[in-house]
Amino acid sequence: MEDDAPVIYGLEFQARALTAQTAETDAIRFLVGTQSLKFDNQIHIIDFDDENNIINKNVLLHQAGEIWHIAASPADKAVLTSCYNKTSDSRVVSCAAVWRMPSNWDSESHESPDDSAHNPQTLELLCHLDDSAHRNAACVLWEPMGDGKRVISLADNHALLWDLQESSTQATVSSTATLEGKGQLKFTSGKWSPHHNCSQLATANDTTIRGWDLRTMSQIYCIENAHGQLVRDLDFNPNRQYYLASCGDDCKVKFWDVRNVQEPVKVLEEHSHWVWSVRYNHSHDQLVLTASSDSRLILSNMVSISSEPFGHLVDDEELSEGEDNHQEDKSKEPLKDSVVSTYEEHEDSVYAAEWSSADPWLFASLSYDGRLVINRVPRALKYRILL
Amino acid sequence: MDHETCMVKQIRSLDSDMQTLVYENYNKFISATDTIRKMKNDFKKMEDEMDCLSANMAAITDFSASISSTLQDQHAQITKLSGVHTLLRKLQFLFELPARLNKCLELQAYAQAVSSHRRARCVLQQYSHLPSFKGIQDDCNAIMEKLAQELRQKFRDGGTSAKDLSECVELMLQLDEPAEELCDKFLSHARSRLELDLQGLETLSLPSPTPNTDILEFIDRGCNEFVSSLCLVITSYQELFINHAQTGELLQAFVDDLAARYFSLVERRIQEEKGVGDNSLLVRALDRFHRRLQAVAKLLPGSAVPNRGTEIVIRAATERVKQYLSALQSFYMDSLTDVRQALATPRLSVAGAGASLPELLSSLSASILNQIKSVLASVHLFTAKDITFSNKPYFKGEFCSQGVRENLVVNFIRFVCQSSRQFCESAGDKGGSTPPALLLLLSRLCLDFETSTISYILTLTDEQFLVQHQNPITPVTALCGEAREAAQKLLNHYVKVQGLIISQMLRKSVETRDWVNTIEPRNVRAVMKRVVEDTTSIDVQVGLLYEEGVRKAHSSDSSKRTFSVYSSSRQQPRYAASYTPSAPMDTNLLSNIHKLFSERIDIFSSVEFNKVSVMTGIIKISLKTFLECVRLRTFGRYGLQQIQVDCHYLQMYLWRFVSDENLVHFLLDEIVGSAAHRCLDPSPMEQSVIEVICERG
Repeated sequence: MEDDAPVIYGLEFQARALTAQTAETDAIRFLVGTQSLKFDNQIHIIDFDDENNIINKNVLLHQAGEIWHIAASPADKAVLTSCYNKTSDSRVVSCAAVWRMPSNWDSESHESPDDSAHNPQTLELLCHLDDSAHRNAACVLWEPMGDGKRVISLADNHALLWDLQESSTQATVSSTATLEGKGQLKFTSGKWSPHHNCSQLATANDTTIRGWDLRTMSQIYCIENAHGQLVRDLDFNPNRQYYLASCGDDCKVKFWDVRNVQEPVKVLEEHSHWVWSVRYNHSHDQLVLTASSDSRLILSNMVSISSEPFGHLVDDEELSEGEDNHQEDKSKEPLKDSVVSTYEEHEDSVYAAEWSSADPWLFASLSYDGRLVINRVPRALKYRILL
Repeated sequence: MDHETCMVKQIRSLDSDMQTLVYENYNKFISATDTIRKMKNDFKKMEDEMDCLSANMAAITDFSASISSTLQDQHAQITKLSGVHTLLRKLQFLFELPARLNKCLELQAYAQAVSSHRRARCVLQQYSHLPSFKGIQDDCNAIMEKLAQELRQKFRDGGTSAKDLSECVELMLQLDEPAEELCDKFLSHARSRLELDLQGLETLSLPSPTPNTDILEFIDRGCNEFVSSLCLVITSYQELFINHAQTGELLQAFVDDLAARYFSLVERRIQEEKGVGDNSLLVRALDRFHRRLQAVAKLLPGSAVPNRGTEIVIRAATERVKQYLSALQSFYMDSLTDVRQALATPRLSVAGAGASLPELLSSLSASILNQIKSVLASVHLFTAKDITFSNKPYFKGEFCSQGVRENLVVNFIRFVCQSSRQFCESAGDKGGSTPPALLLLLSRLCLDFETSTISYILTLTDEQFLVQHQNPITPVTALCGEAREAAQKLLNHYVKVQGLIISQMLRKSVETRDWVNTIEPRNVRAVMKRVVEDTTSIDVQVGLLYEEGVRKAHSSDSSKRTFSVYSSSRQQPRYAASYTPSAPMDTNLLSNIHKLFSERIDIFSSVEFNKVSVMTGIIKISLKTFLECVRLRTFGRYGLQQIQVDCHYLQMYLWRFVSDENLVHFLLDEIVGSAAHRCLDPSPMEQSVIEVICERG
């Protein structure tokens, strides 16, 4: 059973921002934002044709500036947010905005693929997620599984909850939380928890992870010194409400139970440089993807702390079939926590990795040199999880 | 004819033979007839004589009968007289008995009284129907009752010695006192006395403000008082109650009970023996303890007491080994603290601190080795030949292999490795709670352990204790592996910590500066000088403990390599390709450069045990951090130029530390390249200007 070879796509610009098109559940589609100081930045819409192993791309212009972070609306395929740097008067300002893709972005490209490259369409600005008091957005988070009306932006030491109104053309801050403390505190990253009715947010600043209750905008937990150095990224386990993964500059990936913040539940130390991104698989939370500046992408199988610690749960019907089933079950030895595979297709630091929202067995990773690699979970493991 | 003559001749000779035979027999026949005749005459004479004899005998019988009949009367009288005499004597004895008994009672000659009474008792019993005898019997009984009373009294008082006591019991037994009751009483008396001994011991063992008696004295007293009394009790008991079968169990229970209390006292006392200074005292005490219990073993062959005693000795020995282990461990931790202090104090002068590192290492390892040796010597006392318990199978086998080798030596080595590893883990999160120099020192220590110390210690142990490898024991290789692993981990951690310190400087310097609006570079930034200084001092530090290691050959002009590639050859092709449609494969120059270094650079990777490898690790970490930080910033024209200057400066100094200078070149290239990419106005500085600035300082 040979696994399909990875599919590689090269962008001509350096890039850090990658997201799956969250609202799209049929096509495998990723959005990549480029970073260039001299040329117009672009958003590449990467469509992956699973059957033919072919990539189709479309380019939209993002003229506002170089993209540091990108997030797609969970409700509307065409809506996305970006965090970008704008240079004006030899000053660099970080901004965040909500954009809409032109409605015919894909139709045109099929007719004349060459033209699209030369005359790419431009994103339509819906609204800015900035006000004068709050600048320097590090990232924007959509409400998970929400109706695309609420976003949170992390700007310096503020977490701003925005309500988007009138088809997202107006954004108003509905509440804010501010991190107080010594020195210049700055949120580096965050994640909106899909659990507890989407009322919780986790943020990272320096070596600390904090949990926030969005109803009161107050801190609910705090993991001091979660990592030896900077915390780079967070992700919530989609199936276990208290489980949280984090990664950082100490080369470690840590798994936390937020009810007990003293000790991580599990620590992975597979990367040989900073870990920039950690992502749970949306349906099978034992699969964890991590991207690192050692140019590697690692897929780990964390069975012991997943929601299915004993592999696939056997249905009652199957159980009633008799003894034979039991014996079979026993012969199948339980999966252990392990690194499933290490992907070495990148040659520069990998800053982002994302699972596809359409195919749970497929993921993309993006390295700084603009190389996007699409990989699949090894088939052996896939069948092992499914069967 | 001839034949016939021959025949005739033969017949003739036969005939003559026949004749001679007849003649001879005839002669014999005649002499026999003569003899018979003679015999007939003799017999007749004999018969006459016999008749005469029988007549005489009859006369004698008559006489004798008459004599005896005359003497009969007198004989009867004599017999009767002698009978009366004995009876009278007995009677006299009986009549005198009460008085004698009384006298005995007065003189407390109980034994005599009892034996007298015993003699008379049966008779008195028999003739008790006669009033006079009855009187005597009553008198006697009364006296004996008194005597018994007195005996009991004496018995009850308990103040008497064990010997008196046993005498008492013996007498009372003879007086038909019930044996079981006596047993009980005897034992309870013995118990009360032994308990006194025990109490004496207990007060001795109680912690008191005055200096405690040492263990040897304690055991001595225990042996002399308790164990010897116990032996005495056992012997007298066995002598007294030898006929009473069921009483053996009573004794057993009694001994077990008291011995248990004694043992608990002894054990408590032994447990108090915490000071590990002088082991010989304890061993001697245990030896005495064990030796004295052998006496009990001889007296009571089935008793569990000696075994329990041996168990106590074994427990004490294992406990001791444990104490030694913890003493070793705390000694090790103390030495580490000392080392830490030594490292911290002369920090003011870098050279002073550096010079002391190898000395610290050698003194640390020497003191550890000495400590182990002295502990081994102390523990060795347990197996000395003149110690009674040393030839128990436990002390010959398990104690040596499990107790000393595994629990003491192996566990200590494990502890050293483990505590070293803990330095890596605990410090990992907080960063720098352990001074890096200590990490380096420990790493070298563990490495030395791996190469020589462990095998030396284990060989020493095996030789001293003649360890028989019957139980599975930890092989030397496994321990060495552990030590090596610890050494590796420590060194990796050292690299990490040092790398982190330098990284932190670089990161701060990149993050806190406004690179867009910076001024034209005139100097190398101070932080770069600091980085080079720190790297140099780390190099010196590592060089003190680790060998140089191999490095790839340098190019002839390492420090003069230029960065001009960025401005010309590299950027142009890259931007030229910018607006061509994205190709499926990225073919820009950057990746080509990567491919030149076919092996991937693992930043936080394992290092080898040599200086160059360590330095390479540290520099890799630092430069990679620099690179990642640069990529997160936006640069103005002068910002880029400043980075160029800084990188050139680093290049001038860092190449000499690493195994492969290309690595430094590559990472610095990457940094300048990335800075150029992140630059709003990329107009690089002239190489010659860079060189001038760098050389100026």
